[in-house]
Amino acid sequence: MSGATRIERRFADLRAQGRAGLVTFLTAGDPDPAVSAAILKGLPAAGADLIELGMPFSDPMADGPAIQNSSLRALAAGMTLEKTLRLVADFRRGDDATPIILMGYFNPIHAFGVERFLAAARKAGVDGLIIVDLPPEEEGDLCLPARNAGLNFIYLTAPTTDDRRLPRVLENASGFVYYVSITGITGTASASAADIGGAIARLRRHTDLPVAVGFGIKTAAQAAEVAALADAAVVGSALINCLAENLDADGVAEPGLVKAVLSMVSDLAGGVASGRVRENAR
Amino acid sequence: MDKPNTYRGGPNEHGHFGIYGGRYVAETLMPLILELERAYEAAKADPAFAAEMDGYFKTYVGRPSPLYFAERMTAEFGGARIYLKREDLNHTGAHKINNCVGQALLARRMGKRRIIAETGAGQHGVATATVCALFNLPCVVYMGQVDIERQAPNVFRMKMLGAEVRSVTSGSATLKDAMNEALRDWVANVEDTYYLIGTTAGPHPYPSMVRDFQSVIGEEVRGQMQNAEGRLPDALLACIGGGSNAMGLFHPFLDEPTVRIVAVEAAGEGIATGKHAASLTAGKPGVLHGNRTYLLQDADGQIKEAHSVSAGLDYPGIGPEHAWLHDVGRVEYVSITDAEAIAAFHQCTRLEGIIPALESAHALAHTVKLAASLGPDKLLVVNLSGRGDKDLDTIARLEGTTL
Ligand SMILES: Cc1ncc(COP(=O)(O)O)c(C=O)c1O
Repeated sequence: MSGATRIERRFADLRAQGRAGLVTFLTAGDPDPAVSAAILKGLPAAGADLIELGMPFSDPMADGPAIQNSSLRALAAGMTLEKTLRLVADFRRGDDATPIILMGYFNPIHAFGVERFLAAARKAGVDGLIIVDLPPEEEGDLCLPARNAGLNFIYLTAPTTDDRRLPRVLENASGFVYYVSITGITGTASASAADIGGAIARLRRHTDLPVAVGFGIKTAAQAAEVAALADAAVVGSALINCLAENLDADGVAEPGLVKAVLSMVSDLAGGVASGRVRENAR
Repeated sequence: MDKPNTYRGGPNEHGHFGIYGGRYVAETLMPLILELERAYEAAKADPAFAAEMDGYFKTYVGRPSPLYFAERMTAEFGGARIYLKREDLNHTGAHKINNCVGQALLARRMGKRRIIAETGAGQHGVATATVCALFNLPCVVYMGQVDIERQAPNVFRMKMLGAEVRSVTSGSATLKDAMNEALRDWVANVEDTYYLIGTTAGPHPYPSMVRDFQSVIGEEVRGQMQNAEGRLPDALLACIGGGSNAMGLFHPFLDEPTVRIVAVEAAGEGIATGKHAASLTAGKPGVLHGNRTYLLQDADGQIKEAHSVSAGLDYPGIGPEHAWLHDVGRVEYVSITDAEAIAAFHQCTRLEGIIPALESAHALAHTVKLAASLGPDKLLVVNLSGRGDKDLDTIARLEGTTL
């Protein structure tokens, strides 16, 4: 499957191993570019199967306080989209297998220029994009150009995305489907396993793409529950809270920060691994 | 750019005005926005809805609002005959109530049980709290902490009307942050909540829906001017925050080639200082709050804070229809500084005995310039979008006194 993206290869591997994956979300440049690079570098060994990297934005409308603050910290530390791409390129020099998905809002990409961004993202080693404020109704702006450029465009589906609408959302989706398990912003409520199970079953009736579940997964136990049902569990705000707890009063990283975040990743990876012993092929 | 056959045809079925507008929202909200669009289209086609709205306009809002010939201003400025469209005389003191009546009636038709809103000056918050009292709907208003401080009387009014005012401290703690917070609330309360946006911004269908509800302003002016002068006005003037009072006045006249149309953005401390709210004069196209439009932003696409003495204009974006009208050249966009607006505030107060809102004072400040450049046979209509009672604290503070 030489034409496959790193995302597609990684999910194929996970399926072959009969396990679900752990997707971690952190904001690029939080709390500063150097510490952020150190965390990123350590993520695969700590157990992250796929990496979502947030592109900081001044007005993250779909995010709760944890990710809002993390975005503001990164911007205060001088992060830009250009530097985010450089962070990915540096990471790629040591890791050619772990998929990186850039996640965020459209405006910084719009300002950068779509074609220029797609070329630079490809070159840096980005594999996919999740753009919160680009629903399929606006797919001409980035989704279709991204697919032409060989990047996966991952769509969010929500509890409000009903059966009538799902086919439209999935029409140009690729890589995987991200199920937002609650109606709410990031880092707030958690869904019940029963609700998640029902939602995944519904999604699988519409698509063969792998399904990752996120929003509200905070502990290894919750990650295990989700791993029993989905192809991957996404953890963001909980990791960012862990990062924030390791900042001093001035917002500077304490010496143990990188280790603390990575150890939480290992813990979550353990949860994901314990969640399912699944038949090797579906 | 090619001249369109009509300037009143937008948006298209995707909610686009040219390249502007659209539906740039999180998936969780997409089904709600589509539901709203269907509900609004159905209401628009139902004469009972229009009749219901009209009834409240007449007996509750106090419409039609007068078109007043400003005799002393006209004499003082030495040029066009100046008429003021008195939206300040509406119940709650601004044009905002027109839109709130329309959307609250729609929310009720849709069976929504809870209303949320964002507010800058507090005029939209007060108008929302008012219709929520009227229709017995619980109401939460998001307002930036900075605005809460400079518009204290309106905060008090909202609370008396039974609304919960939630202070927003994120970002610049002004209108754009209040809008972020309202969107976050909506995502978390999709079942029962109606988001009552206060201006011609946000995702489709809000920009055109709010415009439609506000177009009563321009429709009335047409008839009133016909009665007063027997013809169309020669020029229209309005201030712009998100653009609703301006769209309301302008839209019915967009296809009248003899009517010159001018909109006034807030230049704050001056465009060159960077401390302003003039998105069209000094911004670039981008995507925020559900639509593509001109935004104040840095080279990395981060949204910049807007600055204006007037809380209702303190927003780094502008409605998408204005962005389009700007690009096609149908409407002229100019800007007025804080100092010019404050001078016009005092001038209107002393010349006409009308204390205008600081927002409207921006339009009045440009009136001085425009009226003088037009001949005495020309007719100029200025939208007096609101009254200045809410701004007395701000004015007093600028003069070094307290009330
Ligand atoms: C009196 C008044 N005029 C104008 C505005 C600006 O809004 P818009 O541009 O939507 O008319 C406001 C906003 O709060 C206002 O209170």
